[in-house]
Amino acid sequence: MRFLLRRLGFYLVAAWVALTLNFFLPRLIPGDPATALFARFRGKLAPEAMQALRETFGLSNAPLWKQYLTYLSHALRGDFGISVAYFPSPVVKVIGSGLVWTVFLAGSAVLISFVLGTLLGIAAAWWRRGWADSVLPPLLVFIGSLPYFWLAMVALYILGFTLRWFPLGHAYADDLTPAWTWEFIADVVHHAALPVGSVVIATMGGWLLSMRNTMITVMGSDFVNLARAKGLAPDRVVLRYAARNALLPSVTSLGMALGFVLGGSLLTEVVFSYPGQGYLLVQAVRTQDYPLMQGIFLVITLAVLGANWLVDVVVLWLDPRIRDSAS
Amino acid sequence: MSSAASGSGHGLGIWVEAIRNDRRATVGAIILVLFALVAAFGPLLAGDPQALVGMPLQAPSWHHLLGTTGQGQDVLAQLIVGTRVSLLVGFSVGLAVVFIGALVGVTAGFYGGRIDGLLSLLFNVFLVIPGLPLAIVIAAYLPSGPLTVALVLIVTGWAWNARVLRAQTLSLRQRDFVAAAIVTGESDIRIIWSEILPTMTSLLLSQLIGSTLYAIGAQVGLEFLGLGDVSAVTWGTNLYWAQNDSALLTGAWWTFAPTGICVALVGFALSMLNSGFDEISNPRLQLERAWRAHLERLGQRATRSTPVVRNHG
Repeated sequence: MRFLLRRLGFYLVAAWVALTLNFFLPRLIPGDPATALFARFRGKLAPEAMQALRETFGLSNAPLWKQYLTYLSHALRGDFGISVAYFPSPVVKVIGSGLVWTVFLAGSAVLISFVLGTLLGIAAAWWRRGWADSVLPPLLVFIGSLPYFWLAMVALYILGFTLRWFPLGHAYADDLTPAWTWEFIADVVHHAALPVGSVVIATMGGWLLSMRNTMITVMGSDFVNLARAKGLAPDRVVLRYAARNALLPSVTSLGMALGFVLGGSLLTEVVFSYPGQGYLLVQAVRTQDYPLMQGIFLVITLAVLGANWLVDVVVLWLDPRIRDSAS
Repeated sequence: MSSAASGSGHGLGIWVEAIRNDRRATVGAIILVLFALVAAFGPLLAGDPQALVGMPLQAPSWHHLLGTTGQGQDVLAQLIVGTRVSLLVGFSVGLAVVFIGALVGVTAGFYGGRIDGLLSLLFNVFLVIPGLPLAIVIAAYLPSGPLTVALVLIVTGWAWNARVLRAQTLSLRQRDFVAAAIVTGESDIRIIWSEILPTMTSLLLSQLIGSTLYAIGAQVGLEFLGLGDVSAVTWGTNLYWAQNDSALLTGAWWTFAPTGICVALVGFALSMLNSGFDEISNPRLQLERAWRAHLERLGQRATRSTPVVRNHG
């Protein structure tokens, strides 16, 4: 338990750093930040709305520390201001509409890629120097060095545009309304196949290699030899003895990889016009919708921090050593 | 065998020898040299990449080997000219990121205590904050251009190197030769510079390769989103325009395929080079390969044995 609390403390610090970065970024603009930021709003927003926005970002003539406190108290209440592009919706509402899709896209991509890559890594270590072990790793490393979104473009071009097996974009067909029906779910899966698939293929190689290499080390260790010597079935030795222990480094780096994969899936969303955070983020960049941009950054960061904490829970469950040393 | 390989172990010779001895490293180095030549001399030969030379979205032909873009520019010329900025930004970000990582990581690992606690917290926080969204937000506020892209990638990319180098320094700190240097009263800077850093040369080099790989990919990604200078010609902005002109939905594969293949080739070459360098830093891998080759000469198959490193005889 102490381990989890300590990690929670760390994530709180990280969240605070993100919030603080977010506060100082607008002030990076050369000249007067308030004028630069609000030049775009003029004529679009009522003076009261401008005033509200100013307060949200703490952009006023008050001393910096006071501005900072104002900003923090607004942020803690979940108030990130009003979107320019989607005026007059508050940023939180705009983000909320896309969050489900990003979590779905990035979440399923990470899970599928992790599970598939790890299983293939176990297989590669099991049949070491077999054909799979000699062909798969270099092939996946090559694919892994392709930019995610470029892979997505190629997939879209070949499987979507030329062969017409998959839809060309969006999360579901225009003539469907979201509901928990089989028809809708099937359509969502059909639309997600290409974006998820391209991220999975691009990231699987890392998991495969990491699992394969740790597996090979663990399979040479004494306790695995003992298990073999006891006459246990080979699959039991590989899966219950070696794989469980070899899984630890992979799971630990899963937390670190989350942010990276999320970045890739944001780009993938752009390629497929998928209505998630990445698509919103690009819209925000193009329309210079700073409040929306910063809100998305914060929400994504908080989501990654939360997911990292979940990974810690899994690590604790997998690794009794941490449990024992913490209690 | 040249004298460099059997010599002191430092210096350029051993690396050149390592590249020549390893087939993968050779392939990687050749690809990289080709791209470097294109980056250096290509723009002189390619002509103006922005010139409107023909009808938009023409398929590859003898006139335009890789076709034309949605605005009627020559794709090949854009690809060649884009190589220079993309590689330049990639390699300089790689260098800067390793430098900062080494500065922070080695300081944390060497001094330990409160300094270590603080610096470790700093890079762990930067590791856990998702890089791309942060990069996008920072880049949106700064004036667009290659310099901004480079700066943003440095800010979001240094933490991993710091973490790895801290761990490495921490383990070196326990070794006898460092302890001996401390006892003889050498200054900290000298110990770090001439005792600790040289033992990490291969690690630093592999980090440089990894960081460059990251920098090129992330740079192309940022520019693809339109965060670079969209009037400049780089690999990323080429893809940005391809996406903007709906190249995909009109079937103009030649506007995005060549750029992606170039990015992938550079990435592939860097990974190949890295695996070649791995063999120098890891004598066990070297011996395993030699052992396997020996067995194969005797007509036997290698089994799962781990060769022992012998320092003598």
